[in-house]
This record gives sequence, C-alpha cells and structure tokens, in this order.
Amino acid sequence: MPVWLTEPEYATLRAACSQLMPSDQGAPGAEEAGVADYIDILLGAFTFDPPRIWAGGPTSGRMGGDARFTHFHRLTRLDELAWRMRIEGSQGLPEREFNGPVVGLQERYRVGLAALGDDFITVDGTEQVRRMQSDQDFFALVWSHCCEGMYGAPEYGGNRNGVGWTLMGREGDVQPRGYTDAEVSGA
Amino acid sequence: MTADAIIIGSGPGGSAAAEVLTRGGWSVVIMEKGRNHLLDPDDLTKPASDYSNDEIKFISRHFLGPDPLIEPRAFRVSADDGEHTHVGEVNSIPTTVGGGGVHADGKVPRFREEDFRLLSDYGPQEDSHVDDWPLEYDELEPYYAEVERAIGVSGDAAGNPFAAWRSGPYPMPPGAPMYGALLSSAAAERRGLHPYEAPTAANSIPYDGRPGCNNCGHCAFFGCPIHAKGDPVALLTKTFATGRAELMAETCVSRIRTVGRRATGVDYIGPDGVERSMDAKVIIVAGGAIETPRLLLMSGLEHPALGRHLMVHFQTIVVGHFADLRLHPYKGRSVTHVHDDAMVQDDASRAAAAEGGLPWIRGGLVEHAGGGHPAMEALHAPWGRQHVQAMRDSHLGDRMWVFIMQGEDLPYATNTVDLSPSIRDARGLPVARITYKPGHHEMVASKHHGKILQGVLEEMGADWTIHTSSPGVSYTGVESTPIPESRHVIGTARMGDDPATSVVDRWGRVHDLDNVVIADSSVFVTATGYGPTLTLVALAARAAHHLAGTSPT
Repeated sequence: MPVWLTEPEYATLRAACSQLMPSDQGAPGAEEAGVADYIDILLGAFTFDPPRIWAGGPTSGRMGGDARFTHFHRLTRLDELAWRMRIEGSQGLPEREFNGPVVGLQERYRVGLAALGDDFITVDGTEQVRRMQSDQDFFALVWSHCCEGMYGAPEYGGNRNGVGWTLMGREGDVQPRGYTDAEVSGA
Repeated sequence: MTADAIIIGSGPGGSAAAEVLTRGGWSVVIMEKGRNHLLDPDDLTKPASDYSNDEIKFISRHFLGPDPLIEPRAFRVSADDGEHTHVGEVNSIPTTVGGGGVHADGKVPRFREEDFRLLSDYGPQEDSHVDDWPLEYDELEPYYAEVERAIGVSGDAAGNPFAAWRSGPYPMPPGAPMYGALLSSAAAERRGLHPYEAPTAANSIPYDGRPGCNNCGHCAFFGCPIHAKGDPVALLTKTFATGRAELMAETCVSRIRTVGRRATGVDYIGPDGVERSMDAKVIIVAGGAIETPRLLLMSGLEHPALGRHLMVHFQTIVVGHFADLRLHPYKGRSVTHVHDDAMVQDDASRAAAAEGGLPWIRGGLVEHAGGGHPAMEALHAPWGRQHVQAMRDSHLGDRMWVFIMQGEDLPYATNTVDLSPSIRDARGLPVARITYKPGHHEMVASKHHGKILQGVLEEMGADWTIHTSSPGVSYTGVESTPIPESRHVIGTARMGDDPATSVVDRWGRVHDLDNVVIADSSVFVTATGYGPTLTLVALAARAAHHLAGTSPT
C-alpha cells in the first residue's frame, strides 16, 4: 500500500524504476531494493511524525551500536518550510513564494507518471523507455531518486536489506566499526 | 543583556574567537543562523550524536544547510550577464553550528612565508590586485601553533620539504595512509614531486578527550559521527565549559546597528521568526567570505573594497582510471596525502608563465583523492542493463584516482559578492549574489600543472586520464558548470594598513567601525593555494587575543 501515490501511479513508477535498474540474472534491481517505496515515502514524508526527511545518528546498528537511524529528526519551522516547498510546492501560499512559485515533487511525479500513460505497465520495455525519454527532466528526476533509493540507507525505504551496497561489495554505513588501519592501507 | 561580544557565526573563525575571548574572561553570545547538530543541547560542553554515515542525509538532503530553497544565492559569471544566471546553491558552506568545520575533511595546512608577501616576492599581475598582507608568517606562527593544539592536528613536521618553519611538532602523528594515496605518492616521487602526509584536523590517536579516527570514510561533506574531527567541536566545547558563553542557534543577524564609528549591537531574527535586538560592546563577524560582506552591506557599510576580490580556489581536477586496481577510497580519511610542488616556482613553471604572457604562475596544494559515495557514483553510471555490472566494476568509485589542485586564484576587483536586487531568503532578506570568473593566470597555471598531474597518474598506471576544472572552462574539453564547486571562499573584506584600499586593519578590525572585527577568511589579501581554515582560525585567535589583551599559549 503506497504512502502517497495512488496504486496505479505506484505500479507505473515501479515499472519505470525497473527499466532504469532492472533485475538481471540474479542481480537485484530497483524492484528488490524497493526504490519505488523510497520515492513514495519521500513524497509522503509529512504523513509521518517526525517527517521522514533526515534519519537519526550516529549508528544504524548494522555494524554495532544502537539502531538510531530509525529515529528521524524533528524539523524546525524553516526546515519544514523548505521541505514542504520541495515536496508539496508553493501552492500559491505567499510564505512559500518569496522568490516566485515552486513546483513540488508531488506535482512533478503526478504529472510525469500520468504522461507515461495508463497502459504503461502493459507495453513492452522498448516502448516504456521511449515514453520515459520523451521528458528528459522527469527522466533525470526519477533517475536521481533511483540512485538514492538503491544505494542510500535502508531507513529511507529503499536499498532493502542493503541489496544495493551488497551488489557493489560495499558495507554502507560502517560506524562504530570503521575500518582498520590495515584495511585502509592494504590492497 | 549586554554581552562583552556578540559573535556572528559559529564556524571555525567564530569558534576560535569565542574560545580565546571566554578564556580571557569575556562573556560572549554566539549567534548562528543554522541548527545545532554539533553540541548536546542539554550540555553544550559535550558533542551531540546527530552525525552519521548517511549519504542521503548529508549529500542529497541538505542536513547541514543551507537549504537552497530557503537560503538561495544568486550567481553570474560577469556583470554582462544581467542580474543573474542562476539562483540556488553557490559555494554553500554549511549553515549549522560549527559551520564549514563540520563538513570539511579536515586538511589544515599552514601557509608558507611567501604567501604573505606575494607582491614583494613575485610582483604584480595585470588586472588583479595582488598585494602583501599587513603581517608576516613569523607573526602568525605562535597562533598557528596554538590552534593546531586546540583543534588537534595530526601530521609529520618533516614530511614537506617546502613547508614554512614551525616552533614545534604536530600534536599527533599522521593517521593511516590510504592505499590509493600510497600508490599515487610513489608515482609522484618517481616524477620528482614531493608528496607528504596531509596535516589533518582528525585525531590519529585519542586526543583531548576525543577518540582516534576509525577511518569510516565519511569526512568530506559529512559531520564526524565520533567527533574525531576536532574543528570546531574542540573550540566550542571549551568555550561553553567556561560558563561565559551563550549559544543562540537558528538566529540570523539581519543588521549590525551603528552610531557613528561604533556598533551598538545587532538586530536578529530568532527561531520564531520575530526580529529583536541585542547590545554588545564588540561585534565579531564570522560568517565566511560570502555571508560576512552580505551582512555588512545589509548593515549599510560602504567601502569600495567591500565585497570585492572574491576568491574560491580554481580547482584543477585530474582523473585517472585503473582497470586492474581496486583503490577503495571509501576506506580512510578522504585525503591522506598532498603535495606542494605546484606552489613552488621552477624552470618549467616559469616557462609556462612566459608562454602565457604572465610574469609568474602559482598552482596550489594538490590533494590525492578517490571517488565518491554509492548514490553519487550511481548517478554517473549508465542506467538500464549495463547498470549492475558498472556498479560491480565500480569504475567511478573503486578504480578511479583523482588529483585536485586548489589553485590560487588572484584577487580581481570584478569577482564580487553583493546583494541580489530581487532574490530573497525565507526571512525576507536579500541574498548574496556572486559574480565570479577565473582569470588568465588561473587558466595558464591549470593547463601547466594539469599536464604534470596527468603524467603522474600515467606513471601510477592509469589506462586513461582526463583534465577538467571547477569552474568549467572550455580548454579541457569537459563540460561543467561555471559555478565553482569549491567551498573555499576567500577575500571580500581584505585586510591592510591603508583604509582607502582595505576593509579591515591588521587585527581584523573594520577601519570605519572601531568595535567590529571580522574573524573569517573574508580578510585574506590573497588566496594562496592552501585551504583557508587553519589560517583563518589562527587569524581569528590572534584578533581575539588582541581584543582581550592576552597572548597565545
């Protein structure tokens, strides 16, 4: 059940993300990592309390220490203004339009996903890519979020079980273990 | 209340001034427009635990500020471009308690003797305002030594044959050298260069109550989760331990109030958005070389040199790819080795200068560094079926080595910070507008040293190399933005003995305001090719000692 997207939008986004990062020959892709969930949670960040913007610190628990990443930071008045502008857009509110109107991520995704077509999940991959590439700005937006959702910390909703880091052979966050001097200096 | 001093900005400069003044018995109020993620809000003598190895939080989502939606900047290459060509993020040093010290990877070289007397030792350059500083290295050395001990610097005093003299060893030995840096250093030595272990404000061993660095690889652009980076947490915790300091975070100073030649206090906007005033005997401005002139201009200060001579370090970036190596640059302290050779004149650099029609060129400190973090690497990897293999091979992360030369950019009167005529921040204040274009000197120096650095990477075994720069220029053939990526911001309120040509005197005091002192890199006369942090901290400590009538220990 998506947090902010509609079910059809969510299905379209999953298909689009899978074109950018396909699962291939046993390797995980956007689907296994939950990249669409990362994006959906960002779009619906303010349905959580605190909003799912900044994970806590200093450790996730994956390499020892407490699982503090799940304790998201509270936002200040200006933090909330910035992130509501970024996600919701300015919506004609004077306090958000001090430098003019701002189109939010929610609107960009709603419009961008709609433009991919109601039948997006049923057409073949070549056609899906053709439609995605017809709007380069939206393509770049989804791609940047795919990268974050595939390789960012799992607490943001993507990179499920660290599959993105694993495919790279990386550990991700490493505190409080860090790396030994021998690991730093050796081949 | 009336504090002895209001310090505007809690970064390395403001923190150094606060530490020295409170140690000398002064009461200070530190106003910082960003949030406090550095210190425990319940006990400011202890560090907080908000920092983490989290690329989303620190790289993608502006955790350290400024958020370009609420605190944008305007940019243009020259006045011919109209009001601006870009609004958003420009040279954004963190807006947070601790300022630029939080996100820096902690390389803290000292300047060399000649860096303070460029005009005398090298002579003028056409179109730029190269000048001598009103102080010499020898005068600053005791302050360098004091602040190196205060923030905790690791390094090898014998490592750099070009280094200035020093009165004692580094407080700590160097930390673990990175594998890639060992290879690039060996190659550089074979090419006749002199790499050495970078002086770094990160503990190599437990020091001053903070742990040794555990090499987590999240230095540049991240706050240190274990506070092994000493700048400026060490200075601030010491400041608050005196009991003579108050921290006002999320507090933006909108104006320095003045009567005649004296400041009486400041107007500020607090976390609730309400504007209030506070008086003080002395105002110390430490907002950095962009925010400091912005505030002085908003306060009505007029001076022909204010906001001029912005310098950012023209970065020459030379990249090599190594198909057969795994360099794992994500293990270790971002940069462990550097070399100074590009700051030293030789026959080849003299010939390059002559060929370019210049009397001399100077490059900058060269950092030996590696690739980025996973999401950043992915962004530059192919999408589709090729993606997984590209990330497994990690061409842009694990198999790439980079030289970044922090090239000295000369002080040009046309490179400026002023107030945007139309763009505002969320508080309704005019934002800073940056006008910046590198000069001919920077191009000639970058071309010359870029070739040398490509040769070193080939010596190291690179199967291909590229030479690019920030800001981008056409001659490299690599497209990149004209907006400088550097976070070194320098100049804009230069110091000097002549009030007609300089904004502050040799102690950082504004010539036209008897009780306003600038304690950041705004006051630098020239940029040199070294990171500005240690020198601005030493200058801030020196200015504060002068105010308090104390001496460095």
